[in-house]
Amino acid sequence: MTRNALLEIRDLHATVEGQEILRGIDLTVRAGEVHAIMGPNGSGKSTLAQVLAGHPAYVVTAGSARYEGKDLLAMTPEERAREGVFLAFQYPVAIRGITNAYFLRAAVNAIRKHRGEEQLGPVEFMDALEEKLKVIGWDDSYLSRPVNEGFSGGEKKRNEILQLAVLEPKLAILDETDSGLDIDALKTVAQTVQKLRRPDNATVIVTHYYRILTHIQPDVVHVLSAGRIVKSGGKELALELEEKGYDWIREAAPVA
Amino acid sequence: MMEPYVKDFQAFASNGAAGAPPWLREIREGAIARFAALGFPTMKQEAWRFTSVAPIAEQHFTLAPPLVSRLPSPAVVESLALGLGPRIVVVDGRYAPGLSSLAGLPEGVQATSLAAATRAGPGGELARRHLARYAPWQDNAFAALNTAFLADGAFVHIAADTALAQPLEILFLATSGAGGGAADGPAVSHPRSLFVVERGARAALIESYASLADGVQWTNAVTETVVGEAARVELYRVQREGRNAYHIATTQSRQERDSYLALHALTLGGSLARHDITTVLDGPGAELILNGLYLLGGSQHADHHTVIDHAQPHCASHEFFNGVLAERSHGVFNGRIIVRPGAQRTDSKQTNNNLLLSTEARADSQPQLEIYADDVKCTHGSTVGPLDQTALYYLRSRGLSPETARSLVTYGFAAEILGRMQRPDVRERLDGLVRAGLA
Repeated sequence: MTRNALLEIRDLHATVEGQEILRGIDLTVRAGEVHAIMGPNGSGKSTLAQVLAGHPAYVVTAGSARYEGKDLLAMTPEERAREGVFLAFQYPVAIRGITNAYFLRAAVNAIRKHRGEEQLGPVEFMDALEEKLKVIGWDDSYLSRPVNEGFSGGEKKRNEILQLAVLEPKLAILDETDSGLDIDALKTVAQTVQKLRRPDNATVIVTHYYRILTHIQPDVVHVLSAGRIVKSGGKELALELEEKGYDWIREAAPVA
Repeated sequence: MMEPYVKDFQAFASNGAAGAPPWLREIREGAIARFAALGFPTMKQEAWRFTSVAPIAEQHFTLAPPLVSRLPSPAVVESLALGLGPRIVVVDGRYAPGLSSLAGLPEGVQATSLAAATRAGPGGELARRHLARYAPWQDNAFAALNTAFLADGAFVHIAADTALAQPLEILFLATSGAGGGAADGPAVSHPRSLFVVERGARAALIESYASLADGVQWTNAVTETVVGEAARVELYRVQREGRNAYHIATTQSRQERDSYLALHALTLGGSLARHDITTVLDGPGAELILNGLYLLGGSQHADHHTVIDHAQPHCASHEFFNGVLAERSHGVFNGRIIVRPGAQRTDSKQTNNNLLLSTEARADSQPQLEIYADDVKCTHGSTVGPLDQTALYYLRSRGLSPETARSLVTYGFAAEILGRMQRPDVRERLDGLVRAGLA
């Protein structure tokens, strides 16, 4: 295993409804790193994110994904979450009738229980939450609202980032968290992610656009095309994509 | 089988009920005639196409006798009451003074038996002015039968500008099947309630229906509520009768100018339940919240038919009904909204969401909008479906177990309705009943 690898993906293939979307992904993410995965629509970016989180509709047909040396693909979605994997959803789901506060505390306590830590009561939890809310620029009115229900697109994305801040995962995957955000919201999201960077955690930013990467400096940029990583490089690669678009990548892609 | 009830009525009219004032006797006579003419509804009628009342119509329920000898013990009553304030207890349709506790009601609040309120005197005048003036006994056979046998129940009057700080609970207990003797056949009771909340008054009222036994029993209730100008009322209604209970109810309200009524209906019990709720917004600026939940399992069947009648301009109504249906249960929701000519600037919203927890559970949802004014805002939406797999996955991706995720999404359907209840004390009690029902 690669030294310090938090996530190690080898030749990963996955299908959705019988159609192969991922066709041999290789990716290594080390603790302390920020990776950006870019690519045109339909290249498999979101599929990769969902496969790593354990979406039941995605079937892995070949390859492996190891997280902290363990077989990630053998774990249920909840086990992955409890072990420190977090996916910020591209389309966060509304849960009617369940308040954000209740949901967040249930998630925190599920993870604490897994770690053998004490459960937080409502009052302790609210105290701990205060500072996280400040980070994303929210007041506690969002906590008494049902999860994502009636939230605007931007509010849903911020709510994902609030969960990220509260759950403090080791491996965070942000699936197009930047799309549909205005510039202020984008800055808030980026600043929050920056603040949460630590030597022992890692972030994978899945995005279509360059602009979030002007606020979060990635260590490695990958380009995904037709289910494979066709190019990897430093942050200058993202800039190149911004200038030239994705067409030159498609042309440069190796022929299967 | 209407004839036995007509016969029972003759006995009732000549015996126990003979002491009633002439105006009331006249109403009863008219009502039994309407019942005889209407007969029990059948599934051929549009309003009954999803609900068969054959189990009721095909047997004869004797009129529950006055049960001085079979009154439940105070401990039993305590266990069934929400117990958050003063209470009226009605047993098999009869006011039970020994079980009621009405100490400490503020001045201007009258809470008593309907029988007492219909007697002569100044109180009787109020009952005469309002009783049977709103409930549709001319058109609804069950309301007609209740009105024919109208004898007792609860009467609450809140004088103008009076505030009732604690919620007033009216607990209706059905005892049929609790005696165990040969004479203890299926019985019916016809509890009747009248709530009059005058101008500028504020009150929270709780109607709670429960059974003392799992025997075959039929409760046929009618409640009329009048909300005066600028009055604010929260009316909670909980039905958690036994597993062999038939529960038929008519809830009728009339709101005057600038009044506010929140009507919360929670249906948990009975094998067959039908609840007709009709609310009339009869003064400009009136606002209504109609908020209901049915939580069914086994082979339970519950049918809610609601009518919101916008008779005047500048009124708002927001209706939310959720159903959680397990096993072979069947939920029916019909929501009719009428906007009368001239009821301009009406703002009306209706939603009905049904969660099917088994493939054998069934929900029928029908909105019915009748709009006769042009400057109105009316929306409606309804859903019927199983647990949302995407929602379950989302919760699991945050570390929750599949079991926790399922129970959370299910509870959310109920919590959404509970969340609109404004009194934390009542909400907490009803939340407890809901959680017990989901467990």
